[in-house]
Amino acid sequence: MADTGEGKKEEAEYKRLHTFPLIRHTDMPEEMRVEAMELCVTACEKYATNNESAAKMIKETMDKKFGSSWHVVIGEGFGFEITHEVKNLLYMFFGGSLAVCVWKCS
Amino acid sequence: MPAKAADKYRQGQGGPSGGKAGPPRLSRAASKKRDDDVSTEAGDVADAGAGGKALVKPPDQLELTEAELKEEITRVLKANNPHAPQNIVRYSFKERAYKQISHVNQMAIHFSYNGNLIPKDSDEGRRQNMKSTTGAEKAPAETSAETSEETQVKDEESTGDSQAAGEEAAEESRTAEAAETAEDEEDPPPKKQEKKLANQFNFTERASRTLNNPLREKACQSEPTPCKDFSSNVNQWEIYDAYVEHLQKMEKEKEKSKPQTVKKEEVKKKGRKFTSLELQSNEIAKVSKVAKIMERMVNQNALDDIIQDFKYFEDESDEYRDQKGTLLPLWKFQYDKTKRFAVTAISWNPKYKDLFAVGYGSYDLMKQRQGMLLLYTMKNPSFPEYIFSSESGVMCLDFHNDYPYLMAVGFYDGNVAIYNLKAASQPSYKSCAKSGKHTEPVWQVKWQKNDMDNNLNFFSVSSDGRIVSWTLVQNELVHTDVIKLSVEGTTAQGPEGLQLKTLGCGTSFDFHKKIDYLFLVGTEEGKIYKCSKCYSSQFLDVFEAHHMAVDSVSWNPYHSKVFISCSSDWTVKIWDHTIKTPMFVYDLNSGVGDVAWAPYSSTVFAAVTTDSKAHVFDLSINKYEALCTQLVVTKKKNKITHVQFNPVYPVVIIGDQQGHVVCLKLSPNLRKMPKAKKGQEVEKGPEVEIAKLEKLLNLVREPANKTEM
Repeated sequence: MADTGEGKKEEAEYKRLHTFPLIRHTDMPEEMRVEAMELCVTACEKYATNNESAAKMIKETMDKKFGSSWHVVIGEGFGFEITHEVKNLLYMFFGGSLAVCVWKCS
Repeated sequence: MPAKAADKYRQGQGGPSGGKAGPPRLSRAASKKRDDDVSTEAGDVADAGAGGKALVKPPDQLELTEAELKEEITRVLKANNPHAPQNIVRYSFKERAYKQISHVNQMAIHFSYNGNLIPKDSDEGRRQNMKSTTGAEKAPAETSAETSEETQVKDEESTGDSQAAGEEAAEESRTAEAAETAEDEEDPPPKKQEKKLANQFNFTERASRTLNNPLREKACQSEPTPCKDFSSNVNQWEIYDAYVEHLQKMEKEKEKSKPQTVKKEEVKKKGRKFTSLELQSNEIAKVSKVAKIMERMVNQNALDDIIQDFKYFEDESDEYRDQKGTLLPLWKFQYDKTKRFAVTAISWNPKYKDLFAVGYGSYDLMKQRQGMLLLYTMKNPSFPEYIFSSESGVMCLDFHNDYPYLMAVGFYDGNVAIYNLKAASQPSYKSCAKSGKHTEPVWQVKWQKNDMDNNLNFFSVSSDGRIVSWTLVQNELVHTDVIKLSVEGTTAQGPEGLQLKTLGCGTSFDFHKKIDYLFLVGTEEGKIYKCSKCYSSQFLDVFEAHHMAVDSVSWNPYHSKVFISCSSDWTVKIWDHTIKTPMFVYDLNSGVGDVAWAPYSSTVFAAVTTDSKAHVFDLSINKYEALCTQLVVTKKKNKITHVQFNPVYPVVIIGDQQGHVVCLKLSPNLRKMPKAKKGQEVEKGPEVEIAKLEKLLNLVREPANKTEM
């Protein structure tokens, strides 16, 4: 009981500590960064089961706000090499296991 | 050649279109022109043609000889468009690189006009034909009835008219044929009626066209947006690691922030202030060099005429002045903080010929104040380059020959110091009472060659009768008494039977340029001692020079035996150090503050007197009189104190008691070089100068020798 209790506590801790959005690399200006991060968080929470829809939502919103054309990748395990326009890249972790990469390149 | 050109013009006019015939002929002559634009040539020719038979030659036409005009030059016509670029490079988004376009379009469209002719056999042509024919059929349907009636009337008339019945059949047939042909002709006539024939007899056409502006193509391509590559790997453990790392960082910051919250705030505030100040000072430092250049430029612009005078002005009225010369005042250097100080020393920098140092102090015993040392450059007369202040008045200074940033300075309180221009504003090394400073003002300092241990050393002379050599050993000034100026014949009786030797007061000295150990010392009693560094107690020789203090002694820069001395007893004397009596004596009617040899001639020297006059002598021209006696400062209270020649430029600087330094240019008469005799080359060089002076001295010396003998 104690163990499971502790286990649950740890889990809760883990969830609390490791699920907040952590920006890994970005070169966006402050405002854009904040907006993009919030958008990613919203999308991921809304489409927690479907990465594609989340990515779609993020991409379309970014296109509308900051111009075409944006690319979004959401996943738990992948490698990537991209070319992005300067000052238009956001690479962040969220939810303890999700990674989101958003960049602009026409 | 011009006649031939005229002929060509006339021939050109003979043709139907003079303009067209002109260019081919002109082109031969003008083919050598680099400008290929034929239209301008044609224009020129057309103008010439229009002007009648008058010869009109364009002002820039090449002048060619007849042979050259006849020369046949082949021209190759190429199909290239001269205005098309040789290579075009375009940014290809597909390959994300700049690529050269393989084929440059050579076609240049000079004129294009959309016409309105359509071929008959094309669709549109046939369609239009159909339209016109259907329109014509309706009309002939109506008119054919009329014409047939007319023909019938005609037939009846014709039958009526015709005589033979046999002709009736023929006529009928004819009329029938005529009717047929009339029917046939029925179709064309209506058409012909629509398309009225336009010929020269009943039709004139008049047309005009508006100006169509030529179209020009302009294309532009924007710069490709800057892109960067980025790559990473996403794994579960990477995500986990990142979170953990982040948490650790947060914890560390929290720990730091707890105990140091208060301190941090203060430090932060200070830090911010510092950074802002630092930023400011950094920014100012960045600007300082630019500001310096700007200041010099502004000065140059503002004082442009002075600079022009300095460089180029040669007083031509000197030719009429009968050997006399003038001093042209150029710049006046003053600094508001030194207004109450007197200029006590001037020296030119050996390396930078426009930089000079001025020492400020006071000659007045009662009014002793601080001293200042300023370095000015002729490029910026409005503000000194370097400013040093000291507690005691500066009395003398000297630049080191090899290290032009080191200056030795002597003070009124007897101290000496070395200033390093590269370092801070305080003297690098200073003597003090412990280290053997003089007890009286130091009147002159002079650098010597580095001693055997390669230490810097300089000599100083002071009123306390000591000549001291200062050596910079391991960052300290160490002094060695070289000579004590004992006055012969005066020993005072001190208490307890001690015999005190009174020491003379040294006021100036100068080292020989070539003989290293030989130097002269001038004293307040008016004697000049010839000394050697090797003998510390004895003088080599004594000259009874003046009645009052010897203000300055100076060896001649060229002649190794000659030196000059000046004194407050109104005289300037030139000596040969082997002879006890002076060679030349000049009485200047006022106490002489300073005398200096000119660097460019062995016979020119300048002296400044307390009545604010500057005297310039040239012994080779006038042995008895000054070539120039000029009032330098106007205020009566002001006396000029020192004079120095610039080693390179023909200027002198003179300092006065109000802290001003005036820069004057020597007029040509004062700078005369020996004139070349006809056929002989002008010799230059120190030997010539020495010979010049030697000649003069011999004139004076021989009688002296005779009287001695």
